[in-house]
Amino acid sequence: MREVDVSAVTGAVRELCILANCTLPEDVRRRIQDCRAAEDWPVARDVLDQIVENYEIAGAEGVPICQDTGMACVFLEVGQEVHFTGGGLYEAVHEGVRRGYRDGYLRKSVVGDPLERKNTGDNTPAMIYCDLVPGDRVKITVAPKGFGSENMSQIKMLKPSDGLEGVKRFVLQVVEDAGPNPCPPIVVGVGLGGTFDKAALLAKKALMRPLDEPHPNPFYRELEEELLEEINRKGIGPQGFGGRTTALSVNIEVMPTHIAGLPCAVNINCHVTRHQTAEL
Amino acid sequence: MARRLTTPLTREKLRDLRCGESVTITGTIYTARDAAHKRLVELARAGKPLPFDIRDATIYYVGPTPARPGTSIGSAGPTTSYRMDAYSPTLIALGETGMIGKGKRGPEVVEAMKQHGAVYFGAIGGAGALLARCVKKAEIVAYEDLGAEAVRRLEVEELPVVVVIDSQGRSLYETGRRDYLEHRREEP
Repeated sequence: MREVDVSAVTGAVRELCILANCTLPEDVRRRIQDCRAAEDWPVARDVLDQIVENYEIAGAEGVPICQDTGMACVFLEVGQEVHFTGGGLYEAVHEGVRRGYRDGYLRKSVVGDPLERKNTGDNTPAMIYCDLVPGDRVKITVAPKGFGSENMSQIKMLKPSDGLEGVKRFVLQVVEDAGPNPCPPIVVGVGLGGTFDKAALLAKKALMRPLDEPHPNPFYRELEEELLEEINRKGIGPQGFGGRTTALSVNIEVMPTHIAGLPCAVNINCHVTRHQTAEL
Repeated sequence: MARRLTTPLTREKLRDLRCGESVTITGTIYTARDAAHKRLVELARAGKPLPFDIRDATIYYVGPTPARPGTSIGSAGPTTSYRMDAYSPTLIALGETGMIGKGKRGPEVVEAMKQHGAVYFGAIGGAGALLARCVKKAEIVAYEDLGAEAVRRLEVEELPVVVVIDSQGRSLYETGRRDYLEHRREEP
Protein backbone atom coordinates (compact mmCIF):
# COMPACT_ATOMS: atom_id res chain seq x y z
CA MET A 1 0.00 0.00 0.00
CA ARG A 2 1.08 3.56 -0.72
CA GLU A 3 0.03 6.13 1.83
CA VAL A 4 -1.24 9.46 0.55
CA ASP A 5 -2.10 12.24 2.98
CA VAL A 6 -5.36 13.87 1.89
CA SER A 7 -3.83 17.31 2.41
CA ALA A 8 -2.00 16.64 -0.88
CA VAL A 9 -5.39 16.16 -2.53
CA THR A 10 -6.62 19.45 -1.08
CA GLY A 11 -3.54 21.26 -2.37
CA ALA A 12 -3.83 19.76 -5.85
CA VAL A 13 -7.55 20.54 -6.16
CA ARG A 14 -6.93 24.12 -5.05
CA GLU A 15 -4.27 24.62 -7.73
CA LEU A 16 -6.33 22.92 -10.44
CA CYS A 17 -9.40 25.09 -9.75
CA ILE A 18 -7.35 28.23 -10.30
CA LEU A 19 -5.39 26.92 -13.27
CA ALA A 20 -8.44 25.51 -15.06
CA ASN A 21 -10.37 28.76 -14.75
CA CYS A 22 -7.60 30.98 -16.09
CA THR A 23 -5.95 28.77 -18.73
CA LEU A 24 -7.67 27.17 -21.68
CA PRO A 25 -6.28 23.73 -22.66
CA GLU A 26 -3.91 23.78 -25.63
CA ASP A 27 -6.16 21.59 -27.80
CA VAL A 28 -9.15 23.90 -27.30
CA ARG A 29 -7.08 26.97 -28.15
CA ARG A 30 -5.76 25.30 -31.28
CA ARG A 31 -9.23 24.30 -32.40
CA ILE A 32 -10.59 27.82 -31.91
CA GLN A 33 -7.73 29.20 -34.02
CA ASP A 34 -8.29 26.59 -36.75
CA CYS A 35 -11.97 27.50 -36.85
CA ARG A 36 -11.07 31.18 -37.05
CA ALA A 37 -8.88 30.43 -40.06
CA ALA A 38 -11.69 28.47 -41.76
CA GLU A 39 -14.46 30.96 -40.95
CA ASP A 40 -15.83 32.74 -44.02
CA TRP A 41 -18.26 35.20 -42.39
CA PRO A 42 -16.89 38.59 -41.22
CA VAL A 43 -19.07 38.96 -38.09
CA ALA A 44 -18.09 35.44 -37.02
CA ARG A 45 -14.41 36.18 -37.56
CA ASP A 46 -14.72 39.27 -35.34
CA VAL A 47 -16.32 37.26 -32.55
CA LEU A 48 -13.69 34.51 -32.76
CA ASP A 49 -10.93 37.15 -32.67
CA GLN A 50 -12.39 38.54 -29.45
CA ILE A 51 -12.65 35.06 -27.99
CA VAL A 52 -8.95 34.51 -28.71
CA GLU A 53 -8.03 37.91 -27.31
CA ASN A 54 -10.06 37.11 -24.18
CA TYR A 55 -8.32 33.85 -23.31
CA GLU A 56 -4.96 35.47 -24.00
CA ILE A 57 -5.74 38.28 -21.53
CA ALA A 58 -6.98 35.74 -19.00
CA GLY A 59 -3.84 33.62 -19.29
CA ALA A 60 -1.49 36.60 -19.11
CA GLU A 61 -3.21 38.36 -16.22
CA GLY A 62 -4.41 35.35 -14.24
CA VAL A 63 -8.04 36.49 -14.57
CA PRO A 64 -10.81 33.92 -15.06
CA ILE A 65 -11.56 33.38 -18.76
CA CYS A 66 -15.29 33.56 -17.99
CA GLN A 67 -17.07 35.04 -14.97
CA ASP A 68 -19.04 31.81 -14.63
CA THR A 69 -16.28 29.84 -12.96
CA GLY A 70 -18.75 27.01 -12.74
CA MET A 71 -19.53 24.15 -10.46
CA ALA A 72 -16.32 22.28 -9.72
CA CYS A 73 -16.65 18.83 -11.28
CA VAL A 74 -13.86 16.71 -9.84
CA PHE A 75 -12.95 13.33 -11.33
CA LEU A 76 -10.74 11.07 -9.23
CA GLU A 77 -8.99 7.98 -10.48
CA VAL A 78 -7.71 6.27 -7.39
CA GLY A 79 -5.26 3.38 -7.59
CA GLN A 80 -6.51 0.51 -5.45
CA GLU A 81 -3.08 0.26 -3.77
CA VAL A 82 -3.55 3.73 -2.26
CA HIS A 83 -4.37 4.22 1.40
CA PHE A 84 -5.56 7.73 2.26
CA THR A 85 -4.51 9.15 5.62
CA GLY A 86 -5.20 12.35 7.51
CA GLY A 87 -8.95 12.62 6.93
CA GLY A 88 -11.77 11.94 4.49
CA LEU A 89 -10.99 11.98 0.76
CA TYR A 90 -14.16 13.79 -0.31
CA GLU A 91 -13.89 16.40 2.44
CA ALA A 92 -10.32 17.01 1.24
CA VAL A 93 -11.65 17.65 -2.27
CA HIS A 94 -14.33 20.06 -1.00
CA GLU A 95 -11.66 21.88 1.03
CA GLY A 96 -9.51 22.20 -2.11
CA VAL A 97 -12.44 23.76 -3.97
CA ARG A 98 -13.12 26.07 -1.02
CA ARG A 99 -9.51 27.30 -1.02
CA GLY A 100 -9.16 27.47 -4.80
CA TYR A 101 -12.29 29.58 -5.26
CA ARG A 102 -11.29 31.85 -2.36
CA ASP A 103 -7.60 32.29 -3.21
CA GLY A 104 -8.14 32.46 -6.97
CA TYR A 105 -10.85 35.16 -6.73
CA LEU A 106 -13.25 32.81 -8.50
CA ARG A 107 -17.01 33.29 -8.37
CA LYS A 108 -19.01 31.33 -5.84
CA SER A 109 -21.89 30.04 -7.92
CA VAL A 110 -23.43 27.27 -5.82
CA VAL A 111 -26.72 27.41 -3.90
CA GLY A 112 -27.24 24.97 -1.05
CA ASP A 113 -30.80 24.01 -1.83
CA PRO A 114 -32.18 24.09 -5.38
CA LEU A 115 -35.44 25.73 -4.28
CA GLU A 116 -34.39 27.78 -1.29
CA ARG A 117 -31.41 29.08 -3.34
CA LYS A 118 -29.08 30.43 -0.67
CA ASN A 119 -25.46 30.66 -1.84
CA THR A 120 -23.10 28.34 0.05
CA GLY A 121 -20.49 31.08 -0.12
CA ASP A 122 -17.50 28.89 -1.01
CA ASN A 123 -18.56 27.11 -4.21
CA THR A 124 -18.87 23.77 -2.42
CA PRO A 125 -19.93 21.09 -2.69
CA ALA A 126 -17.81 19.85 -5.57
CA MET A 127 -19.44 17.33 -7.91
CA ILE A 128 -17.19 14.34 -7.22
CA TYR A 129 -16.79 11.17 -9.28
CA CYS A 130 -14.40 8.50 -8.13
CA ASP A 131 -13.16 5.50 -10.12
CA LEU A 132 -11.00 2.76 -8.64
CA VAL A 133 -8.21 1.71 -10.99
CA PRO A 134 -5.18 -0.59 -10.72
CA GLY A 135 -1.94 0.85 -9.33
CA ASP A 136 -0.90 3.24 -6.57
CA ARG A 137 -1.41 6.63 -8.19
CA VAL A 138 -4.13 9.24 -7.76
CA LYS A 139 -5.23 11.19 -10.82
CA ILE A 140 -7.31 14.30 -10.25
CA THR A 141 -9.13 16.25 -12.96
CA VAL A 142 -10.97 19.46 -12.19
CA ALA A 143 -13.45 20.58 -14.84
CA PRO A 144 -15.33 23.76 -13.84
CA LYS A 145 -18.70 23.65 -15.60
CA GLY A 146 -20.59 26.80 -16.46
CA PHE A 147 -24.37 26.67 -16.48
CA GLY A 148 -25.16 28.73 -19.57
CA SER A 149 -24.24 25.62 -21.52
CA GLU A 150 -25.22 23.09 -18.84
CA ASN A 151 -28.80 24.43 -19.00
CA MET A 152 -28.95 23.66 -22.73
CA SER A 153 -28.08 19.97 -22.24
CA GLN A 154 -30.68 17.23 -22.67
CA ILE A 155 -31.10 13.50 -22.28
CA LYS A 156 -33.50 11.18 -24.09
CA MET A 157 -34.26 7.51 -23.64
CA LEU A 158 -34.45 6.59 -27.32
CA LYS A 159 -35.92 3.30 -28.52
CA PRO A 160 -33.61 0.70 -30.07
CA SER A 161 -35.61 1.10 -33.29
CA ASP A 162 -34.67 4.82 -33.36
CA GLY A 163 -31.14 3.60 -34.10
CA LEU A 164 -28.37 5.70 -35.60
CA GLU A 165 -30.79 8.08 -37.31
CA GLY A 166 -32.60 8.70 -34.04
CA VAL A 167 -29.32 9.55 -32.33
CA LYS A 168 -28.32 11.98 -35.08
CA ARG A 169 -31.75 13.63 -35.03
CA PHE A 170 -31.65 14.10 -31.26
CA VAL A 171 -28.12 15.55 -31.15
CA LEU A 172 -28.94 18.02 -33.92
CA GLN A 173 -32.22 18.95 -32.23
CA VAL A 174 -30.44 19.71 -28.93
CA VAL A 175 -28.00 22.02 -30.72
CA GLU A 176 -30.88 23.71 -32.58
CA ASP A 177 -32.87 24.23 -29.36
CA ALA A 178 -29.79 25.69 -27.68
CA GLY A 179 -29.16 28.20 -30.49
CA PRO A 180 -27.20 31.21 -29.22
CA ASN A 181 -27.76 30.51 -25.50
CA PRO A 182 -24.76 28.29 -24.60
CA CYS A 183 -22.15 30.74 -25.99
CA PRO A 184 -21.27 29.07 -29.28
CA PRO A 185 -18.90 27.87 -30.61
CA ILE A 186 -19.74 24.89 -28.42
CA VAL A 187 -18.31 21.48 -27.68
CA VAL A 188 -20.94 18.75 -27.90
CA GLY A 189 -20.46 15.80 -25.54
CA VAL A 190 -22.59 12.77 -26.39
CA GLY A 191 -23.07 9.81 -24.06
CA LEU A 192 -24.62 6.78 -25.67
CA GLY A 193 -25.72 3.62 -23.87
CA GLY A 194 -25.53 2.52 -20.24
CA THR A 195 -28.41 3.61 -18.00
CA PHE A 196 -30.10 7.01 -17.65
CA ASP A 197 -27.43 8.22 -15.22
CA LYS A 198 -24.44 6.60 -16.93
CA ALA A 199 -25.33 8.16 -20.28
CA ALA A 200 -25.25 11.61 -18.68
CA LEU A 201 -21.90 10.92 -17.02
CA LEU A 202 -20.46 9.63 -20.30
CA ALA A 203 -21.57 12.83 -22.01
CA LYS A 204 -19.81 14.90 -19.37
CA LYS A 205 -16.66 12.80 -19.62
CA ALA A 206 -16.75 13.18 -23.41
CA LEU A 207 -16.26 16.94 -22.91
CA MET A 208 -12.89 16.26 -21.31
CA ARG A 209 -11.48 14.23 -24.19
CA PRO A 210 -8.94 16.38 -26.07
CA LEU A 211 -10.51 17.88 -29.18
CA ASP A 212 -7.69 16.56 -31.35
CA GLU A 213 -8.27 12.98 -30.19
CA PRO A 214 -11.15 11.48 -32.16
CA HIS A 215 -12.97 8.36 -31.00
CA PRO A 216 -10.70 5.30 -31.41
CA ASN A 217 -13.47 3.32 -33.11
CA PRO A 218 -13.67 4.39 -36.82
CA PHE A 219 -17.48 4.11 -36.82
CA TYR A 220 -17.84 6.64 -34.01
CA ARG A 221 -15.03 8.79 -35.36
CA GLU A 222 -16.95 9.14 -38.61
CA LEU A 223 -20.16 9.84 -36.72
CA GLU A 224 -18.38 12.60 -34.77
CA GLU A 225 -17.16 14.13 -38.03
CA GLU A 226 -20.54 13.85 -39.71
CA LEU A 227 -22.41 15.46 -36.81
CA LEU A 228 -19.86 18.27 -36.56
CA GLU A 229 -20.28 19.01 -40.25
CA GLU A 230 -24.09 18.97 -39.96
CA ILE A 231 -23.98 21.30 -36.95
CA ASN A 232 -21.67 23.70 -38.74
CA ARG A 233 -24.08 23.82 -41.67
CA LYS A 234 -26.80 25.26 -39.43
CA GLY A 235 -25.48 28.82 -39.66
CA ILE A 236 -25.98 29.65 -35.96
CA GLY A 237 -22.34 30.75 -35.77
CA PRO A 238 -20.23 32.19 -32.95
CA GLN A 239 -22.56 33.74 -30.33
CA GLY A 240 -25.50 32.99 -32.62
CA PHE A 241 -24.70 36.03 -34.79
CA GLY A 242 -24.46 33.81 -37.89
CA GLY A 243 -21.50 31.99 -39.40
CA ARG A 244 -19.91 28.62 -39.92
CA THR A 245 -18.39 27.95 -36.50
CA THR A 246 -21.28 26.75 -34.35
CA ALA A 247 -19.37 23.86 -32.79
CA LEU A 248 -15.68 23.18 -32.22
CA SER A 249 -16.07 19.44 -31.80
CA VAL A 250 -18.49 16.56 -31.25
CA ASN A 251 -17.11 14.00 -28.79
CA ILE A 252 -18.98 10.72 -28.38
CA GLU A 253 -18.51 8.14 -25.64
CA VAL A 254 -20.36 4.81 -25.67
CA MET A 255 -20.95 1.85 -23.37
CA PRO A 256 -23.09 -1.31 -23.32
CA THR A 257 -26.79 -0.88 -22.65
CA HIS A 258 -30.02 -2.86 -22.09
CA ILE A 259 -31.81 -4.80 -24.87
CA ALA A 260 -34.78 -2.44 -24.47
CA GLY A 261 -32.93 0.86 -24.49
CA LEU A 262 -30.82 3.44 -26.28
CA PRO A 263 -30.07 6.20 -23.75
CA CYS A 264 -28.64 9.31 -25.40
CA ALA A 265 -27.35 12.25 -23.37
CA VAL A 266 -26.08 15.48 -24.90
CA ASN A 267 -24.00 17.67 -22.60
CA ILE A 268 -23.14 21.01 -24.12
CA ASN A 269 -20.09 23.06 -23.23
CA CYS A 270 -19.19 26.54 -24.37
CA HIS A 271 -15.95 27.59 -26.03
CA VAL A 272 -14.50 27.88 -22.52
CA THR A 273 -14.13 24.10 -22.23
CA ARG A 274 -11.96 23.92 -19.12
CA HIS A 275 -10.25 21.01 -17.43
CA GLN A 276 -6.86 20.44 -15.83
CA THR A 277 -5.33 17.26 -14.47
CA ALA A 278 -2.67 16.44 -11.89
CA GLU A 279 -1.27 13.17 -10.60
CA LEU A 280 -0.20 12.34 -7.06
CA MET B 1 -16.17 51.74 -36.66
CA ALA B 2 -18.68 51.03 -33.91
CA ARG B 3 -21.14 53.79 -33.04
CA ARG B 4 -20.43 55.28 -29.59
CA LEU B 5 -23.39 55.49 -27.23
CA THR B 6 -23.32 57.30 -23.92
CA THR B 7 -25.70 56.75 -21.04
CA PRO B 8 -28.43 57.44 -20.21
CA LEU B 9 -29.74 55.55 -23.24
CA THR B 10 -32.82 57.58 -24.03
CA ARG B 11 -35.38 56.32 -26.53
CA GLU B 12 -34.18 58.99 -28.96
CA LYS B 13 -30.66 57.54 -28.95
CA LEU B 14 -31.96 54.01 -29.42
CA ARG B 15 -34.63 54.61 -32.02
CA ASP B 16 -32.51 54.25 -35.15
CA LEU B 17 -30.28 51.41 -33.96
CA ARG B 18 -30.63 48.33 -36.16
CA CYS B 19 -30.05 44.72 -35.16
CA GLY B 20 -26.58 43.58 -36.11
CA GLU B 21 -25.02 46.98 -35.52
CA SER B 22 -21.86 47.07 -33.37
CA VAL B 23 -21.87 49.83 -30.77
CA THR B 24 -19.95 50.76 -27.64
CA ILE B 25 -21.52 51.96 -24.41
CA THR B 26 -19.89 54.55 -22.19
CA GLY B 27 -21.24 55.79 -18.87
CA THR B 28 -23.21 54.37 -15.97
CA ILE B 29 -24.93 51.00 -16.13
CA TYR B 30 -26.26 48.61 -13.47
CA THR B 31 -25.71 44.91 -12.96
CA ALA B 32 -28.48 42.51 -12.03
CA ARG B 33 -29.16 38.86 -12.70
CA ASP B 34 -31.66 36.26 -11.50
CA ALA B 35 -31.93 36.91 -7.76
CA ALA B 36 -31.68 40.71 -8.03
CA HIS B 37 -34.31 40.83 -10.77
CA LYS B 38 -36.66 38.87 -8.56
CA ARG B 39 -36.23 41.39 -5.74
CA LEU B 40 -36.50 44.43 -8.02
CA VAL B 41 -39.75 43.20 -9.50
CA GLU B 42 -41.15 42.32 -6.07
CA LEU B 43 -40.47 45.92 -4.99
CA ALA B 44 -42.05 47.28 -8.14
CA ARG B 45 -45.16 45.15 -7.71
CA ALA B 46 -45.48 46.35 -4.11
CA GLY B 47 -45.32 49.93 -5.42
CA LYS B 48 -42.05 50.60 -3.59
CA PRO B 49 -39.08 52.55 -4.99
CA LEU B 50 -36.19 50.67 -6.59
CA PRO B 51 -32.64 51.05 -5.21
CA PHE B 52 -31.60 52.99 -8.34
CA ASP B 53 -33.33 55.17 -10.90
CA ILE B 54 -34.66 52.80 -13.56
CA ARG B 55 -35.67 55.54 -16.02
CA ASP B 56 -33.51 55.30 -19.15
CA ALA B 57 -31.28 52.86 -17.27
CA THR B 58 -29.30 50.01 -18.78
CA ILE B 59 -29.00 46.71 -16.95
CA TYR B 60 -26.10 44.35 -17.64
CA TYR B 61 -26.87 40.72 -16.82
CA VAL B 62 -23.62 39.80 -15.12
CA GLY B 63 -22.37 38.22 -11.93
CA PRO B 64 -18.68 39.13 -11.94
CA THR B 65 -15.89 37.21 -10.25
CA PRO B 66 -14.49 38.95 -7.16
CA ALA B 67 -12.10 41.84 -7.84
CA ARG B 68 -8.48 41.22 -6.98
CA PRO B 69 -6.96 43.88 -4.73
CA GLY B 70 -6.17 46.97 -6.80
CA THR B 71 -8.71 46.19 -9.52
CA SER B 72 -12.31 47.38 -9.90
CA ILE B 73 -13.89 44.10 -10.95
CA GLY B 74 -13.03 40.52 -11.86
CA SER B 75 -14.09 38.69 -14.99
CA ALA B 76 -17.37 40.23 -16.18
CA GLY B 77 -19.09 38.70 -19.22
CA PRO B 78 -22.84 38.37 -19.79
CA THR B 79 -25.08 35.61 -18.44
CA THR B 80 -27.89 34.00 -20.45
CA SER B 81 -30.79 36.44 -20.69
CA TYR B 82 -33.90 34.24 -20.98
CA ARG B 83 -33.86 33.68 -17.22
CA MET B 84 -34.70 37.38 -16.83
CA ASP B 85 -37.66 37.19 -19.24
CA ALA B 86 -40.19 36.83 -16.43
CA TYR B 87 -39.04 40.15 -14.95
CA SER B 88 -37.93 42.33 -17.88
CA PRO B 89 -41.37 43.51 -19.10
CA THR B 90 -42.09 45.00 -15.66
CA LEU B 91 -38.76 46.86 -15.60
CA ILE B 92 -39.15 48.03 -19.20
CA ALA B 93 -42.58 49.44 -18.34
CA LEU B 94 -40.92 51.36 -15.49
CA GLY B 95 -38.39 52.93 -17.86
CA GLU B 96 -35.51 50.51 -18.40
CA THR B 97 -34.32 51.12 -21.97
CA GLY B 98 -31.21 48.97 -22.35
CA MET B 99 -30.45 45.34 -21.52
CA ILE B 100 -27.09 43.67 -22.05
CA GLY B 101 -26.86 39.88 -22.02
CA LYS B 102 -26.59 36.95 -24.38
CA GLY B 103 -29.03 34.50 -25.92
CA LYS B 104 -32.67 34.47 -26.95
CA ARG B 105 -35.54 36.52 -25.44
CA GLY B 106 -39.16 35.54 -25.14
CA PRO B 107 -41.98 37.18 -27.15
CA GLU B 108 -43.29 38.97 -24.04
CA VAL B 109 -39.96 40.81 -23.69
CA VAL B 110 -39.80 41.71 -27.38
CA GLU B 111 -43.37 43.02 -27.21
CA ALA B 112 -42.52 45.24 -24.23
CA MET B 113 -39.39 46.47 -26.02
CA LYS B 114 -41.37 47.48 -29.09
CA GLN B 115 -44.01 49.17 -27.02
CA HIS B 116 -41.52 51.21 -24.95
CA GLY B 117 -38.61 51.61 -27.39
CA ALA B 118 -36.06 49.50 -25.51
CA VAL B 119 -33.06 47.69 -27.01
CA TYR B 120 -31.42 44.37 -26.17
CA PHE B 121 -27.66 44.27 -26.65
CA GLY B 122 -25.43 41.21 -26.78
CA ALA B 123 -21.98 41.10 -25.24
CA ILE B 124 -19.71 38.20 -26.09
CA GLY B 125 -20.47 35.33 -23.75
CA GLY B 126 -17.34 33.83 -22.25
CA ALA B 127 -15.26 36.95 -22.89
CA GLY B 128 -15.26 38.05 -19.26
CA ALA B 129 -11.60 39.03 -19.06
CA LEU B 130 -11.84 41.19 -22.18
CA LEU B 131 -15.08 42.92 -21.14
CA ALA B 132 -13.79 43.59 -17.61
CA ARG B 133 -11.18 45.94 -19.09
CA CYS B 134 -13.98 48.35 -19.98
CA VAL B 135 -15.21 48.57 -16.39
CA LYS B 136 -13.51 51.52 -14.74
CA LYS B 137 -15.42 51.54 -11.48
CA ALA B 138 -17.82 49.22 -9.68
CA GLU B 139 -19.75 49.73 -6.46
CA ILE B 140 -22.53 47.79 -4.83
CA VAL B 141 -25.78 49.72 -4.64
CA ALA B 142 -28.09 46.99 -3.31
CA TYR B 143 -28.43 43.40 -2.12
CA GLU B 144 -24.86 42.93 -0.92
CA ASP B 145 -26.00 39.65 0.66
CA LEU B 146 -26.34 38.21 -2.86
CA GLY B 147 -22.57 38.29 -3.42
CA ALA B 148 -21.86 38.04 -7.15
CA GLU B 149 -25.56 38.66 -7.75
CA ALA B 150 -25.67 42.02 -5.92
CA VAL B 151 -26.73 45.11 -7.88
CA ARG B 152 -23.64 47.10 -8.84
CA ARG B 153 -23.30 50.50 -10.44
CA LEU B 154 -20.61 50.27 -13.12
CA GLU B 155 -18.78 53.03 -14.87
CA VAL B 156 -17.92 51.61 -18.27
CA GLU B 157 -15.86 52.95 -21.13
CA GLU B 158 -16.47 51.77 -24.67
CA LEU B 159 -18.07 48.50 -23.65
CA PRO B 160 -18.32 46.60 -26.97
CA VAL B 161 -21.78 45.19 -27.67
CA VAL B 162 -23.94 44.30 -30.65
CA VAL B 163 -27.58 45.26 -31.12
CA VAL B 164 -29.26 41.85 -30.94
CA ILE B 165 -32.93 42.93 -30.79
CA ASP B 166 -33.73 46.50 -31.82
CA SER B 167 -36.66 48.65 -30.77
CA GLN B 168 -38.65 47.43 -33.78
CA GLY B 169 -38.32 43.86 -32.53
CA ARG B 170 -35.92 42.66 -35.25
CA SER B 171 -33.48 40.02 -34.05
CA LEU B 172 -29.90 39.40 -35.13
CA TYR B 173 -30.36 35.74 -34.20
CA GLU B 174 -32.75 35.53 -37.16
CA THR B 175 -31.20 37.96 -39.62
CA GLY B 176 -27.56 36.95 -39.00
CA ARG B 177 -28.21 33.27 -39.52
CA ARG B 178 -30.42 33.90 -42.55
CA ASP B 179 -27.85 36.21 -44.20
CA TYR B 180 -25.04 33.74 -43.58
CA LEU B 181 -27.01 30.81 -45.01
CA GLU B 182 -27.90 32.90 -48.10
CA HIS B 183 -24.24 33.76 -48.56
CA ARG B 184 -23.35 30.09 -48.21
CA ARG B 185 -25.87 29.07 -50.85
CA GLU B 186 -24.41 31.58 -53.27
CA GLU B 187 -20.83 30.42 -52.70
CA PRO B 188 -20.15 27.14 -54.47
